[in-house]
Amino acid sequence: MLGLAADRLRADTNRLLAFLFHQGILDEQFLQLQQLEDESSPNFVSEVVNIYFHESEKLLRNLRSLLMDRELSDYNKMGIHLNQFMGSSSSIGAKRIRNVCVAFRAASEQNNRAGCLRALELLEHEYCFLKNKLHELFQIQQQRVLAAGVRYPMQN
Amino acid sequence: MAVNGAVTWLRRAEEIDGYDLSASDSEEVHVLAVDDSLVDRKVIERLLKITSCKVTAVDSGRRALQFLGLDEEKEANGFDGLKVDLIITDYCMPGMTGYELLKKVKESSVFREIPVVIMSSENVIARIDRCLEEGAEDFIVKPVKLSDVKRIIDYMTMDFREGEERRGGINKRKLRDDGDDRFSSSPPSTLSSSSPTAPSNWILRPDVSK
Repeated sequence: MLGLAADRLRADTNRLLAFLFHQGILDEQFLQLQQLEDESSPNFVSEVVNIYFHESEKLLRNLRSLLMDRELSDYNKMGIHLNQFMGSSSSIGAKRIRNVCVAFRAASEQNNRAGCLRALELLEHEYCFLKNKLHELFQIQQQRVLAAGVRYPMQN
Repeated sequence: MAVNGAVTWLRRAEEIDGYDLSASDSEEVHVLAVDDSLVDRKVIERLLKITSCKVTAVDSGRRALQFLGLDEEKEANGFDGLKVDLIITDYCMPGMTGYELLKKVKESSVFREIPVVIMSSENVIARIDRCLEEGAEDFIVKPVKLSDVKRIIDYMTMDFREGEERRGGINKRKLRDDGDDRFSSSPPSTLSSSSPTAPSNWILRPDVSK
């Protein structure tokens, strides 16, 4: 019974990951991060991703407030935030988000406010989607750990 | 130039640690990682730890210099028992860029022999060339992968062990003995990550092939 649960959870993980890769939401850098997990650092991916979420939300807030300032949209500052966002997204394999940042940066370099607004909305949307999917992934993984623990109660 | 520097470097290791060189086989490479992004620091830290390095991660060029003891131009012996074997730094950072940090390190009579590797998300040949000309050991295009880090540490460890023989210079434009000058035509991280041809029996590290 428990073996089947573990199998099903593993299948769920694989299906979710396959979906995310297939849709171009994640790229191989995410796989690279997964390969860096081991017994000594079993939560490495979720730790890095949580830092990424925390930073991204700050960046998104900053970008929005910069754009909402109709008096003086500081495109320079936007560019700096975008570079940061691009960098961290690329480091965790968040390909789609990174690509939207590239388009956003192009619009900001042209002082194209409408383009920036569109890009920001798309960015917020992509970010929310990724966050939900990764939370789902981590939840499945937590369940797998629990399932393994129940299965082998003697192991510490 | 490189020959003298290498001998000094090796000798320094002996003096500071009070070990003779044979004992330092089991010493870990100590890497100073510099990146303003916390996400990237976490990743590079993990990559280096998996490659069995000791890591000190700082968030700015300024802090890197402080850690080295260069910031207030304090004279050497800013080692504090933890000599730095390699500096790996992001290029784009607010305040001091990685390039500026590279220059400061190479200008220092004490620290100029420490290899410096630059990381950048922008794959710009002019930037790569400029860094290499300023004395950077290598240039990694982000996102950084395990194969990038392994390649650099392998190369460094091999170089350290071979001492004089290889020290005809760390040819900044070459990664391996096979010698094609690949830097001018393509960025280093697209090169294949096969290990250098050095024998691995005297590199005492746990198997990190994952």
